[in-house]
Amino acid sequence: MSELLRRRFRDQIKVLFGNEPKKPAAIAPAAQEIHLYKKGNRDLIAEKLHARAHAVHTNKWRNRRWATLVLANLLFVVSFWLDIQVLEGALTASRFVGFHLIDLNSALQVMLAHKHIINNLLIGTGTVLVLWVIFGGRSFCSWVCPYHLVAEWAEKLHLHLAKKKLVTDQPMDRRLRTVFWLVFAVLALATGYTVFEAISPTGILSRALIYGPGLALLWVVALLVFEVFFSRRAWCRYACPIGLTYGVVGIVSPLRIKYTLEGCFHEGDCRKVCLVPHVLDTVIKGRAVEKEVPIGPDCTRCGLCVDTCPTGSLKFEVKGLSKLL
Amino acid sequence: MSEPKATETNKPIPPSRDRQRQARRRFLRSVLLTGGVFGAALSGYLPIAYAQKKRLRPPGALDEKDFLASCIKCGQCVQVCPVQAIKLADLVDGFGVGTPYIDAREQACDFSCDAVQCILACPTGSLTYKKPDFLKVRPGAKLAEKPILLAKEKDPEPTLNMAERIGVARLTRPESCLAIKGKGYKGPARGADFKGRLRYMQVDRWKPIRVRDHAYDVELCDLCVQVCPVKGAISIETVFAPDGSKRKSPVVHEPCVGCGACEMICPTDLASIEVIPGEGWRA
Repeated sequence: MSELLRRRFRDQIKVLFGNEPKKPAAIAPAAQEIHLYKKGNRDLIAEKLHARAHAVHTNKWRNRRWATLVLANLLFVVSFWLDIQVLEGALTASRFVGFHLIDLNSALQVMLAHKHIINNLLIGTGTVLVLWVIFGGRSFCSWVCPYHLVAEWAEKLHLHLAKKKLVTDQPMDRRLRTVFWLVFAVLALATGYTVFEAISPTGILSRALIYGPGLALLWVVALLVFEVFFSRRAWCRYACPIGLTYGVVGIVSPLRIKYTLEGCFHEGDCRKVCLVPHVLDTVIKGRAVEKEVPIGPDCTRCGLCVDTCPTGSLKFEVKGLSKLL
Repeated sequence: MSEPKATETNKPIPPSRDRQRQARRRFLRSVLLTGGVFGAALSGYLPIAYAQKKRLRPPGALDEKDFLASCIKCGQCVQVCPVQAIKLADLVDGFGVGTPYIDAREQACDFSCDAVQCILACPTGSLTYKKPDFLKVRPGAKLAEKPILLAKEKDPEPTLNMAERIGVARLTRPESCLAIKGKGYKGPARGADFKGRLRYMQVDRWKPIRVRDHAYDVELCDLCVQVCPVKGAISIETVFAPDGSKRKSPVVHEPCVGCGACEMICPTDLASIEVIPGEGWRA
């Protein structure tokens, strides 16, 4: 990793905690050459139009992701309803054919509130930690969390209404999520009660699916209404401490999206579909510090940008795997 | 978007009025969202602080405060219970969204699982055989001995591995108790619509059946004694009524673990015998 990428990596960790991405102070000569080549190049415009005309938009990754998300949650449901005991429990804690799996954020809340850790809790948390280090941290959000899916649909509605100028997105300060994370941690520690679990839409939805609906779903509905009419994807973007916990896991994960500068037309289609567009700051004209730039840890690895990109400049990558092969 | 030209003095350009207003609005919105989320979070907490009605938690549950601290709300205890005695609390129940409880009158724990499966399933130790030493034991919660499960009485290991009780059964409405009135009972205990299930050893050792499918016919009502899964926890004794007359009455003994099977089976309109959650044994 070059010094520039290392610096960017550090910046992206700050972005995860709520900093706004900055213009890079220095850019590698190889990348600068491409930036300069693209500047005012009229051929590029023709090329861009050509690429636009022939772009095939697929929903490959979205479909795979939705299928995985639905299957994972369905496995919980049928395990209980048909008593096949494959994946017992809910998203907060479960057992996959006997192996404990415990959600990192829930485990953290319990550890802080209860101040006592039993072996099963430790084993389950460790297993899940390893699992999401391998699979990309916040990929939990987009590939498993049931709230993510309903919020994605709510987002579609929001964008539809925004297009008709019926609603406007009200962005908020992203540092809020870090504040929430800290406050919920302190609350758990101080009150001895897992306060966040009471309002976690992930837990509420997961339990509603498995054990039947309850009035707690009203809170989830309230969140969705807020997101549709007021602020796009507000919970996932500005509030959810689960996202931040898995984001931290994503720092060390080898599975990520990689950006290739060369073919990119810098039109920003990817940033428009992205849940966390601040991680895609590198696609802005003149910002990429190297020819290839990995996307930061706050990325949920949802693959919407991969599907959307007309030039294939954004791709899934496992760090070090291409070197190995 | 045009880049602002650098001024000769090289001072940073102050953001435009619009930008400032936007930033201010964004800040206010963020504060608003913070307030909203915390308000909601506290609404989840307050009912617990003010919970008036104590609920019966599953066997092996830590004391309420520790229980709420440690429960991860996954419902694995719900899944393993063979009689589905365990339910998860909802928002308005006011004792922790997603935490498990038992409504003994509707469906009590009768230890049909033999091994207290919910304790085995619990991933965080909210339900546990052995409490960590730093947690205090409620007065009267400690069982004198490991309770003997009648269903396993002849097994090499006949006990339920529990050290503490979750409550104690008490005759809360002696005036309606059929045994005290000297009455018998005929027919299914809780009517034809009752959905609860119990394991009847004489019917099927391994499979609990509907209570409504099991008709009783007794000269003197002793249903609570009949269904009690724990050895020596309840019996019909001769007692003296305040007027000096001899009566028969169910009497709860020290081995009672507070499962609530007696409350569930009690055939009077309102259960004459009820389990008091979290209660300790008083001689």
